[in-house]
Amino acid sequence: MTRPPRARAATYGTRGSRVAAGIAIAIPCAFIAVFFAYPVASILGRGLAPNGALDLDPLRRVFTDPTQRGVVWFTVWQAALSTLLTLVLALPGAYVLARLRFPGRSLVRALVTIPFVMPTVLVASAFLALGVPRSLGAILLAHVFFNYAVVVRVVGELWRHLDPQEEDAARMLGASRLRVFREITLPALRPGIVAAATITFLFCFTSFGVILFLGGPTRSTIETEIYRQTTRFLDLPLAAALSIVQLAAVIALLWLVGRFQRGASVPRRLRAAREVEHRPRSIADRVLLVTNLTVMATLLALPLGELVVRSLTPPSGPGFGYYRALGTVRAGSTLFVAPLDAVGNSLRFAVVATVIAVTVGGLAAWAGVRTRSRWLEGALALPLGISAVTLGFGFLIALDEPPLDLRGSQWLVPLAQALVAMPFVVLLTAPVLRAIDPRMRDAATMLGASPARVRRAVDLPIAARALFVAAAFAFAISLGEFGATTFVARPDTPTIPIVVYRLLGQPGDVSFGAAMAASCILMLLVALAVLAGDRVRAGRLGEF
Amino acid sequence: MLEVRGLVVRYGDTGEKAGAPAVAGIDLRVGDGEVVCVLGPSGSGKSTLLRAIAGLEPAAAGTVAWDGVDLHDTPPHRRRFGLMFQDHALFPHRDVAGNVAFGLRMQGVPADAARARTADLLALVGLPGTEDRPVRALSGGEQQRVALARALAPDPRLLMLDEPLGALDRALREHLVDELRAIFGRRDRAVLLVTHDHEEAFALADRVVVVRAGRVEQDAGAATVWQHPATPFVAEFLGYNVTRVFGPLLAVRPEGLTLGPAAAGSVPVTVVDRTFRRDHFRVRVATTTGEVLDVAVRDTAIPEPGTPAHLVLDPAAAVTLPAPA
Repeated sequence: MTRPPRARAATYGTRGSRVAAGIAIAIPCAFIAVFFAYPVASILGRGLAPNGALDLDPLRRVFTDPTQRGVVWFTVWQAALSTLLTLVLALPGAYVLARLRFPGRSLVRALVTIPFVMPTVLVASAFLALGVPRSLGAILLAHVFFNYAVVVRVVGELWRHLDPQEEDAARMLGASRLRVFREITLPALRPGIVAAATITFLFCFTSFGVILFLGGPTRSTIETEIYRQTTRFLDLPLAAALSIVQLAAVIALLWLVGRFQRGASVPRRLRAAREVEHRPRSIADRVLLVTNLTVMATLLALPLGELVVRSLTPPSGPGFGYYRALGTVRAGSTLFVAPLDAVGNSLRFAVVATVIAVTVGGLAAWAGVRTRSRWLEGALALPLGISAVTLGFGFLIALDEPPLDLRGSQWLVPLAQALVAMPFVVLLTAPVLRAIDPRMRDAATMLGASPARVRRAVDLPIAARALFVAAAFAFAISLGEFGATTFVARPDTPTIPIVVYRLLGQPGDVSFGAAMAASCILMLLVALAVLAGDRVRAGRLGEF
Repeated sequence: MLEVRGLVVRYGDTGEKAGAPAVAGIDLRVGDGEVVCVLGPSGSGKSTLLRAIAGLEPAAAGTVAWDGVDLHDTPPHRRRFGLMFQDHALFPHRDVAGNVAFGLRMQGVPADAARARTADLLALVGLPGTEDRPVRALSGGEQQRVALARALAPDPRLLMLDEPLGALDRALREHLVDELRAIFGRRDRAVLLVTHDHEEAFALADRVVVVRAGRVEQDAGAATVWQHPATPFVAEFLGYNVTRVFGPLLAVRPEGLTLGPAAAGSVPVTVVDRTFRRDHFRVRVATTTGEVLDVAVRDTAIPEPGTPAHLVLDPAAAVTLPAPA
């Protein structure tokens, strides 16, 4: 019932610290303006006024052209179906991981979240390795694969802390178990379910890699259509119009959900997880435990396992044959360089992208918390709602001509990746900074610490952990980034995801195997990054 | 009538005491119209006992029966028992009426009748007209009342209350005790409450059952327990001095001891310290063997710490205790 105290701005700030805060705000604002607002404005210009004057024809085509209408419609319903399927499969899983105690639970919890950070390219390879044909089913499966963790995390975190006495109280008032779930548990979980469903829907709505790899040639969403129109038909106004439609849909959805959530969320007392969980005592609990662990193993672990197996079993016999093939440029290949070079490219780009994302995102989080305003945080989270493809497309049309001509520059890829990773940096660091008890700062001040000393002794150690976790996450995202990178990467410096895409597009067993091998290398790198972050996180930050 | 026989409940699987019995073989009866209070220190298994009777916690052994019918296979929602939780456990997403009427809805009571009954109950607990208020806007005492109204609404044949006045401030508690007594008296149904506060227990209950570590120490009428504690544990828990300085093992209230000049049967002591209690001073004295006793002193002359004195026993105020086995 009591809200946690909001972080207070330091009331004893000096002029120097105000100047520092000003700079801290200016840098992310400038970054967002140049690399996000400007490209998006360019898209708006291209879509709404392709020839300088207002022309709604491209927009009209999106809704009148049967092909485009089909694309929009397919985008909506596949996302809705994916979301529904994810909820149906993951909600019982969320219960099992939140409420039941069983040996190895924390390991399962950690493993379940891995798919979320896996690059789309890799997941597509994994499902192909499993022999899943390119189809609607493959798209849905992959979407569930990605978003299972979203539901388990978001809903599970709420479920883990719901006061079970509310359920007991309803039982004592004559409600059956089913009735308790419907009347008490479900309403309590609703904000979490709506949030998880929204995130899942947005991810599926703006899904790019999955559709491109697993959808087959006939299935197209707005995202893949933007890509197709840009790269194949060079119809930039139509691509821009599609981007605008998508942008508008995303913003409208977020606005609607925001309104709904404001009314629906009720402050409630939360319990420590250990008071809430129990051993699976009833038969229903045991059945739930076994079925859900089976679902997780089949859906999440099996594809990744099969990917590794396939990459290690070329026709010539088990071994690293496919991996060796990565070192050579094959005749007739659409790749100009040996695929193995892409590993170096990926790492180099990801390091630069991480440095940019953590610097800009960290400053923004700090400034946002310090000024107690959410708009900066919101502005930085925007690229999250806007798809990577839109960003890439925006870069392509905005940054290839004066005043800012970065065409062919090596900077484009890390900048695009940083933009995609930055919202996560903000989302991971701002809450930690905000949660620093202001009394800790007051205490340090009363013990004689200057404002600078307070920042060094109190804020920095806490922020450092959060920034490291964010950096690991940003690195993993940059490594696997595909949607934006594919627009801006130069043919002679491809990243691993682009290599996998090219390899999968080539006929032949060796190409397919090499794609599997490249995916495995990507998986290893991403896993290492995530593990590094998790080791720090396990210490103090967050429970899940 | 509620009959509990040989009830054993083990702690859940969490916490450091996992596996140890929280309730270690308790017998208990609550007749219709009777108000019984289970009294014991924190951690003596009181809440677990209530949860087991409610059916929310599985019993490892023993039976819970109502009018001779074993409830083992009756799920909690069919037992027609009510439970008021220690921290209310109100439903935060419903308003006051939504909370109070919940049990009526579960029984399928028509909306009109439920509305009328809700209004009656809210009037009964002193919150008339608060139907539309969100429960989070209520004060602690108001939440307590809503929780009580909610538990009363389905007219449970057994009403259980876990620390009913637990978190409230003193003035509010004293006020609510009277109200609770009135409500219990009007209903003429079985009431079982648990508390660690003996004032609360004796103010509310006809019969008091003192428990210690999951076992019954004494089960008797409230006045009997108050005046004749059966064991040294009960005596100490109720604030008696338990001592052998006068010969046999005795329980004696601080009011049963006086400080005065040496007399037949008096014991030499030294004053250790003194504290002010509402209408008297509590003087702590030490015997020559180092035993410490509390004496209630109402005189104007309060002895200074360090003063030698003689301790005199009022034999009428002493209870002879059985020597511990």
